[in-house]
Amino acid sequence: MDTREKDIENLKDYKYGFSTDIENIKAPKGLNEEVIKFISNIKKEPKWMLEFRLNAFQRFKQLKEPNWQKPKYPKIDYQDLYYYSAPKSMKDKPKSLDELDPKLLETYKKLGIPLQEQARLNGIAVDAVFDSVSVATTFKEELTKQGIIFCSMSEAIQKHPDLVKKYLGTVIPTTDHFFATLNSAVFTDGSFVYIPEGVRCPMELSTYFRINASETGQFERTLIIADKGSYVSYLEGCTAPMRDENQLHAANVELIALDDAEIKYSTVQNWYPGDENGKGGIYNFVTKRGLCKGKNSKISWTQVETGSAITWKYPSCILKGDNSIGEFYSIAITNNHQKADTGTKMIHLGKNTKSKIISKGISAGFSDMTYRGLVDINSKAKNSSNYTQCDSLLMGNKCGAHTVPYIKNKNFDSNIAHEATTSKISEEQLHYCQQRGLNPEEAVGLIVNGFCKEVLQQLPMEFAVEAQKLVGISLEGSVG
Amino acid sequence: MKEQLKIDFEKILKISNFSEKDIKFKKDELDKFIENGFPSKKLENWKFLDLSQIINKNIENISFYNDYSTTNKIDTSIYIDGLEHNKIIFINGRIEKIEFGYEDKNQIEIYDDIKFEDNFSVKNSLVNLNNAFSNKYYKILVKKGYSIKKPLVIYHLTNQKMKSKNINLRLDFELEQNSSLKLIDFFNDTTDKNFMNIFYNFKLKNDSILKNYKIDKSLNQNLKYSYNNIDQEKNSISETFIFSAGSNYFKNEINCNLGGEYSSAFINGIFSLKNDQQHEIRSTVNHLVENTKSYQLIKSVLGKNSKAAYQGRIYVDSKAQKTDGYQLSKAILLDETSEFNAKPELEIYADDVKCSHGSASGSLNEDSIFYLMSRGLNYKQSKELLINGFMLDVVEKITDLEIKNLIKNMIGLKE
Repeated sequence: MDTREKDIENLKDYKYGFSTDIENIKAPKGLNEEVIKFISNIKKEPKWMLEFRLNAFQRFKQLKEPNWQKPKYPKIDYQDLYYYSAPKSMKDKPKSLDELDPKLLETYKKLGIPLQEQARLNGIAVDAVFDSVSVATTFKEELTKQGIIFCSMSEAIQKHPDLVKKYLGTVIPTTDHFFATLNSAVFTDGSFVYIPEGVRCPMELSTYFRINASETGQFERTLIIADKGSYVSYLEGCTAPMRDENQLHAANVELIALDDAEIKYSTVQNWYPGDENGKGGIYNFVTKRGLCKGKNSKISWTQVETGSAITWKYPSCILKGDNSIGEFYSIAITNNHQKADTGTKMIHLGKNTKSKIISKGISAGFSDMTYRGLVDINSKAKNSSNYTQCDSLLMGNKCGAHTVPYIKNKNFDSNIAHEATTSKISEEQLHYCQQRGLNPEEAVGLIVNGFCKEVLQQLPMEFAVEAQKLVGISLEGSVG
Repeated sequence: MKEQLKIDFEKILKISNFSEKDIKFKKDELDKFIENGFPSKKLENWKFLDLSQIINKNIENISFYNDYSTTNKIDTSIYIDGLEHNKIIFINGRIEKIEFGYEDKNQIEIYDDIKFEDNFSVKNSLVNLNNAFSNKYYKILVKKGYSIKKPLVIYHLTNQKMKSKNINLRLDFELEQNSSLKLIDFFNDTTDKNFMNIFYNFKLKNDSILKNYKIDKSLNQNLKYSYNNIDQEKNSISETFIFSAGSNYFKNEINCNLGGEYSSAFINGIFSLKNDQQHEIRSTVNHLVENTKSYQLIKSVLGKNSKAAYQGRIYVDSKAQKTDGYQLSKAILLDETSEFNAKPELEIYADDVKCSHGSASGSLNEDSIFYLMSRGLNYKQSKELLINGFMLDVVEKITDLEIKNLIKNMIGLKE
């Protein structure tokens, strides 16, 4: 087979593995104050924002890259990356969808993003992030009527500086860990959501991330604020084109729930996982943290992680308000040479706080999967409780499944329960399904979907269907 | 501390007669320890309780020199009553007596001229410290087919000569095919502010059985660390029970390598802590071949200002199909100031395995107390009864009837 044919063969495997030919504007390669000033300048940011970035950069210079995680990766040269890349045609921002580069629209169509009619039909407002600049935001008018702000981060910095200034960096400060700090210094764009007091957001808000240009790190920053008594459900989906080199994705997501507010954050992550020999793929090193700031607030994370060469993230909840609730539902699937080290942190600070963790890990091929979680009940968090369940499913004996929970209980009034099991798909189950006419792959798909059901149920309808399919696709070829 | 280490090391060399090879080995080990120092919370295994800090806080000017040349008087009143047993008596880290009065002398070999060797993959600065400073160490071999008739009790004693000292001791055991050994470690110290560092190495050949019971009951202000390395061959069984209650600080580490088919390891423990005590158990079971089994049950009752940690790791190699691993830790927090930390860890590379763990912590169940009080018990009695039952669960796992009853009496558990 010649190389061309091989390439085509590869393309078939990864449905989203195309890269769009659009002229990019890039910041000069490397990481230094000049690049940060360049980013800030090109985005016409106010001075305080630049200071925020430079502060973070100062701190970043003193930090060392962590290496305690299970999946090891070759050293990243942070000076060899582009930190800003925007499609050129975006320089004069289009006023409506019609003005968009037709090629861009085509990309989205291939991805199946409901940007136009589909969006309306599905009732989803999409804020699509193409590389680093938010391309178009739909449904804005309808949301504006209710006072909901849903826009790109850059726009929010311009139009709602008070809100951004008040909340940005309060959950993930500029003094946080290595990757979060890097993001604080160089983040390019992302979504900003503000739900005013007492408003229940009438539709699911959604972003679609996609990494396009090669050698760019994607550094989004998302900030969601749910004011008193409000509710919002936010969906995030990710894909990236196929490239041989590894790409870094280090996003920061901050959620803030005030009194009686609820935020539901769902992720379906399907970044390019590398080929079957483990070449290429995305490094998904994301920091996601939610703060239940007010009384009776609730934050719920749901994630379906099927992509990326390495997934390394712990969506966390800080339960500060009394009676607040944190939830974490996760499905992580690794196949071939993929690696994942994911889980959550539940930090109980307020009284009567509750948290629940359901994690399902499936590993196949040569992959490695780790659940790592922290449950920390502070001495003041009276009458709090946590329930954790993490189940792993192994397919074959070349893969690994690991569970590393950290449990800290400093309060005698509180209860923590933790359970973990590891198992495989039994011959009887397979036999039963096949007897009824399913082929082995379908049978595995069915059993795995059953295994994941508790988590899939938490996803909004539109996503659940896609996620179910994704679960099936990710495991293709893992049963022989 | 570095200077102190070097001075004390030279002093020991002067009064001992180690071979040149031993001296070289010990020097290397000393250098390794100097490089790493006492483990601190920067290391994953020491995250919950930072030994380096604890030693700094509790022991001023720790000294590593011990005079092993003079004998110490044995106080026979501390012998365990009502149990016929063989004895090894350590006083201040020096072996004062080895007595196998109940056994066939031809079936047990005691070696005291073992060469120091570095045949462990263990990376642990305390093992380095032990190798550098321990006096000559003994190896006890139980011959093929022989079962020890009476348990062997190892008394760990200290006397008033000891203050702010580091004591290191090491013992090796080898159980030949189809032999068995019952071993009780009995800690009874009247001193305070010493750091004891104990290292046992067990080799279990085919079909052999080891039962090791560690009892740290009498209250004392010493700090202790104990490391058991257990290598197991086919069909062998190891049972470890830890009662962790007396010392100011005590960390027990058990490292089991299940290297032969159908071998099994059982590790059970009780923490019963109060008043600023900080204890930890860390168990590592490595399932390396097919059809091996392990079981761990750890229960904690934690009073005022006390802190307990349990780190349990089950490792399943990709060859180790049909592994059965189970682990459970439960804790009762009695006071606002008590703290329990756990890290039950699974690392699995084989698919046909049954592995699970559970961990729960919380206060005493109010409903149960209500139930008992409604039947005429007062609050204190109800509480005691519940705790009694909670701990009894672990003691019931002890397979040796005689020792089970002994331990029940010692702890004061009722049936």
